[in-house]
Parts: sequence; C-alpha cells; structure tokens
Amino acid sequence: MTDTVFYAAAGMGERKQGRALVAKDGFSARYDLDRMRGVFSRPEHRLAGESYVGRVLVLDAAKGGVATAWMLHDMKMRGIIPAALVLNAVNPIMVQGAALADFTMISGFDCDITQAIPNGALVEVDPIAERPLIRIV
Amino acid sequence: MRLNDEEEAMRAGKLGPGLQWAIEHQIRVGRYLGAADFVPVAQAHIMADTESLGEAGVEWLERLAGLPPAERLVRIPTITDPRGTDFAAAQRLKHEPWMLDLERRVIAAFEALGVLMTNTCINYQTIMPPVRGQHVAYGDTGVVIYANSVCGARSNFEGGPSALSAGLTGRTPRYGYHLDAQRRATLVVDVAWTPHELNDWGALGGIVGRFAGDYWQVPVLTGIDRVPGSDEMKHFGAALASYGSVALFHIAGITPEAQRLEDVVVAGQTRRTHRVAKDDIVAFQRAYAHAMEKVDLVVFSAPQLSLVEMQLVADMIDGREATIPLLIVTSPQVKPDADRMGLTARIEAAGGTVLSGMCFYQSYAREMAEANGWRRLATNSAKLANIIGGYGYAPALMSMQACIAAACAGGRIAQ
Repeated sequence: MTDTVFYAAAGMGERKQGRALVAKDGFSARYDLDRMRGVFSRPEHRLAGESYVGRVLVLDAAKGGVATAWMLHDMKMRGIIPAALVLNAVNPIMVQGAALADFTMISGFDCDITQAIPNGALVEVDPIAERPLIRIV
Repeated sequence: MRLNDEEEAMRAGKLGPGLQWAIEHQIRVGRYLGAADFVPVAQAHIMADTESLGEAGVEWLERLAGLPPAERLVRIPTITDPRGTDFAAAQRLKHEPWMLDLERRVIAAFEALGVLMTNTCINYQTIMPPVRGQHVAYGDTGVVIYANSVCGARSNFEGGPSALSAGLTGRTPRYGYHLDAQRRATLVVDVAWTPHELNDWGALGGIVGRFAGDYWQVPVLTGIDRVPGSDEMKHFGAALASYGSVALFHIAGITPEAQRLEDVVVAGQTRRTHRVAKDDIVAFQRAYAHAMEKVDLVVFSAPQLSLVEMQLVADMIDGREATIPLLIVTSPQVKPDADRMGLTARIEAAGGTVLSGMCFYQSYAREMAEANGWRRLATNSAKLANIIGGYGYAPALMSMQACIAAACAGGRIAQ
C-alpha cells in the first residue's frame, strides 16, 4: 500500500472519480442536507453551506434516521447527488440506501480516512476492485 | 450468503419479480455487512413518508404494487411509520395539494401490497410489542432501539426498502443485532443523576449518543436509581438513536439482557467509560435555547405522544390559552382514545392542535416553515431538536411545562 491508496473493508456500486469533500463529521441525508439545493444545511455540520453535488464525500460515520434509505434513490433520480460516499463507519441504512440507488460507497479503513484524504483532492473510488479502495489521483 | 431452496427460488425469479428484487436487495445488504445467512422475522415496520420517497420513490412503489396479487403481497404482519401529513389538518398546516396526492398514492400502493397502515412510530406502545428474543425488521430508529433494548427483541435499522423486502420475503439478513456477540456493551456510562422529565431523558440520550458515535456501539448505563417508565425509555432511546445512530442500549439491573452488569460486559475486554452529571444534562439543553427569547411555535412530536403524554398536556393547559401554534402529534391508535376521553377537546379548547398519524419532521417541515413563517421552535423532544435544524429551524429544548408556558405567553421563553 502506498500513502495515496487506502483500502476499505466493503464497497458497492460503480467506480467513480471526483473532488473530495472531507470533514470529520457524520452523514445523514435527512439531518444534514437541503436535498433540493444540494448543500449541507444543518448549521452545526462542519460542511454547512457546502455543495455536495458531484463530490466524493469523505466523512466519519453514518448518522441519523432511516430516511436515507429512500433519499439516496430520490437524489439520484433528480441528479442532485454526491459522486460517492467514503466513510470510516457505515450503518445499515446507508448500505440499504446505496443498494436501492446503485450508489457508490466504500467504508471501513485501518486509518481515519478523513485525516488521510486532503479536502479538494481529486480521488478515484473503486468499490469493485479485489479490495475496495480510494486513490488520490 | 448461504441460501436455502426457497431463497434460491426467490432469487431465480420463480416467485415473481417483486420477490426477486426483494431477496436480491437483501443479499446485497447482507453481503456488505457480513451476514452468513437469513433469519425469519415475525413483523416488519416500514418508514416511507413521501418527503423521503420523493416522486421517484412513489413511482417505484407503484410499480411493485402493480404486480399480480400472488406476487406482491407481504407474507408477515407489516405496518407503517407515520405519514407525511394528517389529512384532517393538512389545510391548517399549509400542506400543498401535491403533497397530499403523493401521500394518497403511497397509501394506495401499500394497501395493494397488503401492508397495514398503522402510521405510527410508537407501535411498541400501541400495536404489538415484540417479545424477547423475537427477530423483527423494524424501521424508525426509535422503534428499533426500544424493541432491542426494552423488549429484548432483535432488529437492525431497516430502512423502507429493506423493511418492505423483509415483509415480502419474511426474513432478513442475519447480521448486527440479530447476533448475540453484537449485543454486548462496548462502553459504560455512569449516570450520577437520574432524570425526572422527558426532555431530561432525551438530553441524556443525546449525550450518550455523542459518546457512542456510531451504529456498532452498545452503551450500558449504570447509576440509574429507579425503573424508567415507557415514555421515559421512549425519549431516551429515540434521542440516543438520533444523536448516535445507536440501535441497542442496556441499563444495568433494569433492561432484560442486563440484569447484572456482567451479563453484557465481557470480562477483561477494554472498553470506554464515561460519566454524566446533572450539570451535563442541563448544559446540553441550554446550548439549544442559548440567547433565544421567543419562539414561533411549540411542537410535541418525535416520537408520537402516548395516551399518558396526551393527558399530561391536557392537564397542564387546562384553563390557559395558547397564543402561538401549539402542535401535539399522536398516533392514529391513541387519537380515538384521546377523543373519547375528552383530552383532545380540552387541548383544542385551549388553542392546541392535535394531529394524528404524522410526525412533524417527516411532514415537509421545510415547506411548513416557509408557508407559515415558522423558524424558532420549542419542543421537549431531544430527537426533534437534533433533526429540525437541518430543515432551517432554530430549536429550543425544554420541559413540557416550559413549552406550554411559552405557548401561552406569546412564545416568550421564561428565563
């Protein structure tokens, strides 16, 4: 492993590339997002006011309620969705939502991925590699 | 994942495309989360308000509902979480016709699938509480954490698509809280002050949730000096699940799987320990109301109110008058009892509005704020305080009594 490739415990969806949007904070589509405008809207969130559309979100843990299981699907149908989600810790809701929406997600690292990926870096997320990974391009 | 003959038949499409989609969805989820096989479940509970589903989700459900009856009906009792409106009060809430149309379409689709439209997030108080050791597939994080922790049942957070899949297939992937090993405590929280009010229980849940941090953590509380009531457990669990994404807690000497601390703590295993004092619980709530002198509305919701909470509201507001909107949200099972016992009439005579079968944050909260000019909101629900900021509201977390006092004082918060 080099310092530009980080392997995950699990992944699903297609290979994606995009600019990383990174924060040591959680993720819930219901709690944190204005899904009409495509921005983080919860004032306490470290990414409040930032657009997530087309970005590779690199965050700490899946949070909040069960609504994300539906919301990722709706966000994808409307085209206002991140490119991929990269999490230290996932919860079942995020997995269920990604499965319904065919959304790219990887999770579970042997380091804190929010410290390893610089904000704004161009990254590739590959959930279908033999070991799912995120690579700084 | 190991599949039995029936599961293989479902996956091969021999029982129709609905079951094929459902089992395939469950396999994808189960593989990601390390499930070895499936476990039969006794009930499913589906969260599917239309604000979450969107038009795309409604159309998806309608396609499923359009299958022949033999291929689309759920095979275990399958019930629903709150809807996105109370049709009887939609005009007062300024819900738009398009929202009601979406809700009607979802209801028609679920009915075609054989789902019971219970529209409640307190099914453990009103419908059929699960039994200790029973495997279920529940949606709504507050329902899951109560079922796991207080009832000793076994469920993961099952979002709408997965809970519906479980209803159709009668099973769910065996991972997480279906497994004994996952139900052991991973952190110990010593509580130096046992809360009295529901908002204090919610605040304690929020604090423990922040300690826990993610879904795979299981806190065990020590120091709780009496057995909490069902509504107290409800507010504590709902907040813990909301702030921490936690699905199971134990209280030593009280909850069924932790009659002794040693029952849930593995000897010799390293675990985090925390301590919570009364000051922490007070400070948690003050952080929300900081510098807020006045609110635009008061909401009791999330979770829906039990009959006992409805009586508390009625008793507190008798002889007074709410001069700002005061919304009290309960379940369709409690509402007829509240009507019959005169509680609804007492609350509404004092200016409150009793709503049924919805939940405030699941009911187009952002659009309601814009249409009604609402921004500052007082509540006794820590869960609602945690969620509603994302919808553009500034929440104040206070006791039921303080909320009612504010509602009757033009929204002014007593300092």
